[in-house]
Amino acid sequence: MHEMAISESILSILEDEGRRQRYSRVRKVRLEIGALSSIEPQALRFTFDAVTRGTLAEDAVLEIIEMEAQAWCLPCAQSVAIRQRFDACPLCGGHQLQVTAGEEMRIKDLEVD
Amino acid sequence: MCSVCGCGAGETRIEGAGARHAHVHTHADGTTHAHAHDHDHDHDEHEQHDHHQHHDHDHHHGDGVIDYGNGPAHVPGLSKARTVAIEQEILSKNNAAAGENRAYFNARGILALNLVSSPGSGKTTLLVKTIECLAAEAAIAVVEGDQQTSNDAARIRATGVPAIQVNTGKGCHLDADMVAHAVAHLRPGDDSVLFIENVGNLVCPAAFDLGEAHKVVILSVTEGEDKPLKYPDMFHAADLMIIAKIDLLPHVDFNVAETIANARKVNPRIRVLQLSARTGEGLDAWVQWIKAAHTMARTGRVAPTPVGGARGA
Repeated sequence: MHEMAISESILSILEDEGRRQRYSRVRKVRLEIGALSSIEPQALRFTFDAVTRGTLAEDAVLEIIEMEAQAWCLPCAQSVAIRQRFDACPLCGGHQLQVTAGEEMRIKDLEVD
Repeated sequence: MCSVCGCGAGETRIEGAGARHAHVHTHADGTTHAHAHDHDHDHDEHEQHDHHQHHDHDHHHGDGVIDYGNGPAHVPGLSKARTVAIEQEILSKNNAAAGENRAYFNARGILALNLVSSPGSGKTTLLVKTIECLAAEAAIAVVEGDQQTSNDAARIRATGVPAIQVNTGKGCHLDADMVAHAVAHLRPGDDSVLFIENVGNLVCPAAFDLGEAHKVVILSVTEGEDKPLKYPDMFHAADLMIIAKIDLLPHVDFNVAETIANARKVNPRIRVLQLSARTGEGLDAWVQWIKAAHTMARTGRVAPTPVGGARGA
C-alpha cells in the first residue's frame, strides 16, 4: 500500500539517472520484484502512471520481473522454494527458514531515448 | 494518490513545541512526495522539476547541468532508443538516509526504537507509561508520526519529555528523511533513548528503514491471533513483539500461544513480551529490555565526531 512512495522513489532514480546517463525520455522500465517484497504489482502500475504524468517517464511501460522466493532450511541444510514468509519447509514441515531470495525491489534497466 | 489507502503526499509537517519550536515546518520533504501529488493534481511540472534539481544539488553536490541537447541527435526517422543499466535498489535513497541516521545515533550512543502497530493498539499509552518508568534513568526524546493532529506529541510532552510531531499528510508511514529532520529539531542528547512512534499501520512502515536499532511491533489482545500471518512483513522486520492490553485477556477470545506461534512462523528470531500499560503487569520486563538495548547502543558508541546524519535545523 506504500506503492505511491515506491513509485515516487522509482521516478526520482529515473530523473537522476537521466542527468547522469543523458536521456530525456524513458520508454520502458524493468523492475525485479521479489515475491516477498510487499509490493502489489497492480497498485504499483496504477501509482506509477499517476506519478510519471508530465515527466520524462510519462507513458513508460512498466515491466515487472517477479523473482521467486527461496529460503535456507536449517534442519534440512538446503535451499527450498517458498511462496510466503510463513510457509513451512516443503521437505520437513518446519519453520526454521532463513529467507535468501525474494525480497528484491530493484530497477534493473531502462529503454530510453 | 494511492487508491488503496490514500497514501500519497505533499503534506508532511514537522511540528515542534514551545517557544523554541513554535514555527511549523512545511517540508516539500520527501521531495518525491510533493512531486507526485502536484503532478497528479496541479500539473505544475516546471516548478516541480526545479524542485528536483534543487534537491539533487543538495544531496549530490550538483553533478548536474541538465543539458538534454547533448543527447542523441533529434534526427527524424533515426531511432535513438537504447537500453541503460540501472541495477539500483528502488528504496536506495531512503536506505541511504536511514544509514546516515544510524551513523548519527551510533556516534552518540542514542538508542532509537521504531514502534509500529495497527492504529489503536495502545502505542502512545504504553509510551507514556514507559517514560514514567525510565525517565529517572535515561534522557528520552520522542518522534510521533501520525497523518494528522499533534495530539500524541502533546500527550508525550505532558510527561515532561521533549517530543516532536511529524504529520505525514496523506503518507502512510514515516521515512528516514522525515526522521532526520525531526531529530535535527529535537536534538536528543548523547546516550539518550529516542522513541519513534510510527504511523499506525502494519503494512507500509515495514519497508522503510528509519535508522532505528530495533523495530518493536505492538499487538493488542483485542486484535486477532493471525495478524502476524496477515501482515508478515512487519512481524518479519521486528525484533520484538509486545502483546499489549493483557489485562483484557479474561474478556476476549485471544490465544496468546497461537499468536506467538504465528509470529515465529514469519520470524523465528522474534522475541515476545506480554504487558498491560493499564495495570503495569509486565512493564518491568519491557523496561529491562530497553535498558539492555540501551547498554548495547552506548557500548557500541564510536568516537563522537560530527556526523551529517540528521541535517542541521
